[in-house]
Amino acid sequence: MTDMDDARFPPLSNSLPRGERGPVGGSGAGADAGVELNGALSPLVGESGREGAPGAVLDDQANLRTYSFAYLDEQTKRMIRRAILKGIAIPGYQVPFASREMPMPYGWGTGGVQVTAAVLGPDDVLKVIDQGADDTTNAVAIRGFFQKTAGVATTTRTADATVIQTRHRIPERTLQAHQILVYQVPIPEPLRYLEPRETETRKLHGLEEYGLMHVKLYEDIARHGHIATTYAYPVKVEGRYIMDPSPTPKFDNPKMHRSKALQLFGAGREKRIYAVPPHTDVVSLDFEDHPFRIQTFKEPCALCGAEGVYLDEVILDDRGGRMFVCSDTDHCEERRAEGHRGALSGESR
Amino acid sequence: MAALTADTLEGGFHDPVFQSQAVFRAVMAALAEPARPVPLPPSARPPAPLTAELGAVALTLADPDTPVWLDPALAASDAVRAWLAFHTGAPVTAEPMDAAFALVADPARLPPLSAFAQGTAEYPDRSTTLVIAVERFDTAAGPLFTGPGFETPRRFAAHPERIGFLDQWAANRALFPRGVDIVFVADGLVAGLPRSARLATTE
Ligand SMILES: [Zn+2]
Repeated sequence: MTDMDDARFPPLSNSLPRGERGPVGGSGAGADAGVELNGALSPLVGESGREGAPGAVLDDQANLRTYSFAYLDEQTKRMIRRAILKGIAIPGYQVPFASREMPMPYGWGTGGVQVTAAVLGPDDVLKVIDQGADDTTNAVAIRGFFQKTAGVATTTRTADATVIQTRHRIPERTLQAHQILVYQVPIPEPLRYLEPRETETRKLHGLEEYGLMHVKLYEDIARHGHIATTYAYPVKVEGRYIMDPSPTPKFDNPKMHRSKALQLFGAGREKRIYAVPPHTDVVSLDFEDHPFRIQTFKEPCALCGAEGVYLDEVILDDRGGRMFVCSDTDHCEERRAEGHRGALSGESR
Repeated sequence: MAALTADTLEGGFHDPVFQSQAVFRAVMAALAEPARPVPLPPSARPPAPLTAELGAVALTLADPDTPVWLDPALAASDAVRAWLAFHTGAPVTAEPMDAAFALVADPARLPPLSAFAQGTAEYPDRSTTLVIAVERFDTAAGPLFTGPGFETPRRFAAHPERIGFLDQWAANRALFPRGVDIVFVADGLVAGLPRSARLATTE
């Protein structure tokens, strides 16, 4: 069995030039596992004879080689799958796993990519978002990676996806029971900035000793008059583990609570997997006199007029012009397709 | 190890990548929404008394990194031991406490759940997952379970059931986050009882 722990592959970012591929709309791109690799990703092709390789392809040198479905070898997938099952059985607990080197830098979501690779099957429809958008370099590269290595269908439409890998957002559209949301996590340990030693944070989780976190939030209140944390706002899962929701805006925290979708979290560099099963309590930490509140926006989306969604600020010109638009690009596009209009979208409805 | 025979070599996945992925997704769905049987795609053909479903879950999750404990009915079969060794490479352990997985073909004589690895307070994942073959599931009668993965409580029983199982399950739940997880398999079905599932009537 070939171990994937080597650094022989160049980063994916070098292979996939920015903007080379746009987002793929709709579903139905070929779900054929025997997808051919083109020149751009041929460095991803591993040694021949790797266990369970479903496809044989010709690379640039016309050597017959094989690669593993969704890149990871079967033993690695088994190890990740076992960790996922433990994570589901112990909601919010960080399961250690032997993270593999992936052909992309850590900041690109190698933990999420490994989780996605372990769950993905030929019938899945994959959506990848980064800060809510399907068309950023990171999202495009990861989507392209799974198109090449797994041949799965991809989509930008939240409703059509069975697996959604995300960095920094939860889609605005309510997720459904058949969907799996995979989060890319940089720092899985919510206590890390309060207690740098892993042995100590393990003990604190084991003892359910979370006073440190409450002290931190209360210091926020003392200093700012409110809890200043707006991203990666800590949550308690099913009344037991305090969990980092990944660097999503706290606006998204309520979407995690009793979601119908299975939520899986992968941290590649820190080698942790954790999970929130469907219909599980996910409660943002707060105090009776300082209850948790999500961000609110003064005006609706300038393009689609949506209210009650998370907005990004977009600079329009160098004279200070700016507008606020949906961070969830699919949500915004769908609304505009339905005829919704915002203040800056041209003709009004 | 028993001598290699044709029976040993046969009956694995004919398409390991996609069959193990499909079995994994079924097991994952079963643990994510406990006490709700979901279809387990037919795939493995192991020697009896290892059932097709037990064999499929073993092929999907067990490997040289996961010591496997076999119940007496399975441990007594050289054919079963040889098949598991050939197709998974998993070491067989006689100590339930050392097992990552326990394969059980005779649920009526299941050892107490407390005999298996429970994990530690700091590493509750270092526990045994029991994979238990039963004859049938009953979701019309049986006790009510609830917890993560339940929109509303569900009735669930796996037959035959070891005497005193529910008391043991309550004790297992009381250890949370330590404790064992159970993957029940029946004819073409899999149902999960992760340690997070609790009896709705006792709490
Ligand atoms: Zn919008």
